[in-house]
Amino acid sequence: MSDLRELYQETILDHNKHPRNFRRLEGATHQAHGHNPLCGDRVDVYLKVSDGRIVDISFEGDGCAISTASASIMTEMLQGRSLEQAQQLFDRFHDLLIGKAEAGEELGKLEVLAGVRAFPTRVKCATLPWHTFKAALHNETAATTE
Amino acid sequence: MSSMEIMNALTAGSYDVERLRADFPILQREVNGRPLVYFDNAASAQKPRSVIEAVQQCYAHEYSNIHRGVHFLSGQLTARYEAVRERVARFLNAPSAKEIVFTRGTTESINLVAHSFVRPRLKAGDEILITGMEQHSNIVPWQLLCDETGATLRVVPVQDSGEIDLEDVRRLLNERTRFVSVVHVSNALGTINPVRQIIAEAHARGVPVLLDGAQAVPHLRVDVQELGADFYAFSGHKLYGPSGIGVLYGKMEYLQQMRPYQGGGDMIRSVSFERTEYAEPPQRFEAGTPNIAGVIGLGAAIDYVESVGLERIAAHEHDLLLYATAGMMEVPGLRIIGTARDKAGVISFVMEQAHPHDIGTILDQDGIAIRAGQHCAQPLMQRFGVPATARVSFALYNTRDEVDVLLQSLHKVVRLFG
Ligand SMILES: Cc1ncc(COP(=O)(O)O)c(C=O)c1O
Repeated sequence: MSDLRELYQETILDHNKHPRNFRRLEGATHQAHGHNPLCGDRVDVYLKVSDGRIVDISFEGDGCAISTASASIMTEMLQGRSLEQAQQLFDRFHDLLIGKAEAGEELGKLEVLAGVRAFPTRVKCATLPWHTFKAALHNETAATTE
Repeated sequence: MSSMEIMNALTAGSYDVERLRADFPILQREVNGRPLVYFDNAASAQKPRSVIEAVQQCYAHEYSNIHRGVHFLSGQLTARYEAVRERVARFLNAPSAKEIVFTRGTTESINLVAHSFVRPRLKAGDEILITGMEQHSNIVPWQLLCDETGATLRVVPVQDSGEIDLEDVRRLLNERTRFVSVVHVSNALGTINPVRQIIAEAHARGVPVLLDGAQAVPHLRVDVQELGADFYAFSGHKLYGPSGIGVLYGKMEYLQQMRPYQGGGDMIRSVSFERTEYAEPPQRFEAGTPNIAGVIGLGAAIDYVESVGLERIAAHEHDLLLYATAGMMEVPGLRIIGTARDKAGVISFVMEQAHPHDIGTILDQDGIAIRAGQHCAQPLMQRFGVPATARVSFALYNTRDEVDVLLQSLHKVVRLFG
């Protein structure tokens, strides 16, 4: 059960049950819809960007614990960041999930998702919200993990 | 199946599941340090040694191309290949082996009928009737036809129980209906549809019917004549046979009217650049070198299933269905989707606490393979208002002990997510 405990840490279960910033964002400057056709996970990411900085971010959706927690933590982590910082964070996070890099300080709470590494079929669940975030930034309306 | 029938089938000789399990090499292996519990049979079934050996034997000792050689090996393998066609015909109780077309699987069988039979008869305003519980392979080919011709796809609604109402079928059949295509047993719900009645209703209006039998042939005796089916499609890999091989049964009077599906070798009588005469069915629909070893493996799979006995398999799986359903109803927060009275060994479910994907991962840690997702049936998921379901599906080699492992693991999900 140790890998499972590692995957479903308290923080993840908590974000799954009580997702943060789980709402539609009025006056969003960017938004996109993400979909994993394999398992049916769906997520909508809303952004308010001003002067190259994320002044507000939120999401809605219906997905597994990993994708919900990842989206929730993402919105917490990205509040107030510059777009450049956001991109760096995503790159670091992605490297962590595919086992290219170890956890480090700058990842903050995202580290709790490191357990996903032991479950290759679930990596896409964790990255779906981030791909959707990027699609929103680039004014694409949809992202999929296909 | 009534409980009386189950009792009769089970007592008509004991069902020695342990002996059958020994026929399936993969069941010896472990997954994540636990004995494999394979409950993803509706996606694809495991293979008995006799199937694996038949394919191996074909390549190691008997292989050559078929239908084209004067030499010994070609003649021998052609005979064996054609003998499997006879075997399939007996298996479905088709009047003639000439009505058995080998395809890549259910998907290709349905596409073949859509392209070669239905398309030439379809014009704008015509209708094709399916149900709300079709797998994508029995939706998309018809949508493609409708797009091309301006015909309309009509859908028989699914009740909360996962059944369809024959009244709806009667209501939706009309003078514009050109074709009906219905799943015999639903892969996502387990519902066994009243296909004989549906066919009778359609025939009363002169409309031909295709049955998608992908989930039916491994679990119940299919007699195409008794059902009255005009076309019947199934896949080898769900019947303990190889993947990449499937069957289309079609009534000869229809097959003869049909144009080829693909052009190539083996499907013609004579070719010149001016004019090509097509071969008779079934060769007309088998262009090019087919999946020869797949056909040989399919023959072995049918022999295997028949040696166990479909009635006995059905009774065994029904016992597992009842046992698992009772146990799962005790799991807090678990809801079964699809509660048809007439049901095959498929249990789709959702849990309040956890998403199907999370359930799948937790069960996998205990060596239990299930399906989590949309089962290639997105419209059906929408119908039940769920993003996805977890699905357990049984085969002839599953046991009550395995169901107990499943139930324990489901309680673990509750503890972890509760
Ligand atoms: C009911 C049903 N129809 C059609 C199919 C498609 O079968 P195949 O993928 O073998 O072509 C499946 C299997 O996934 C099925 O369960």
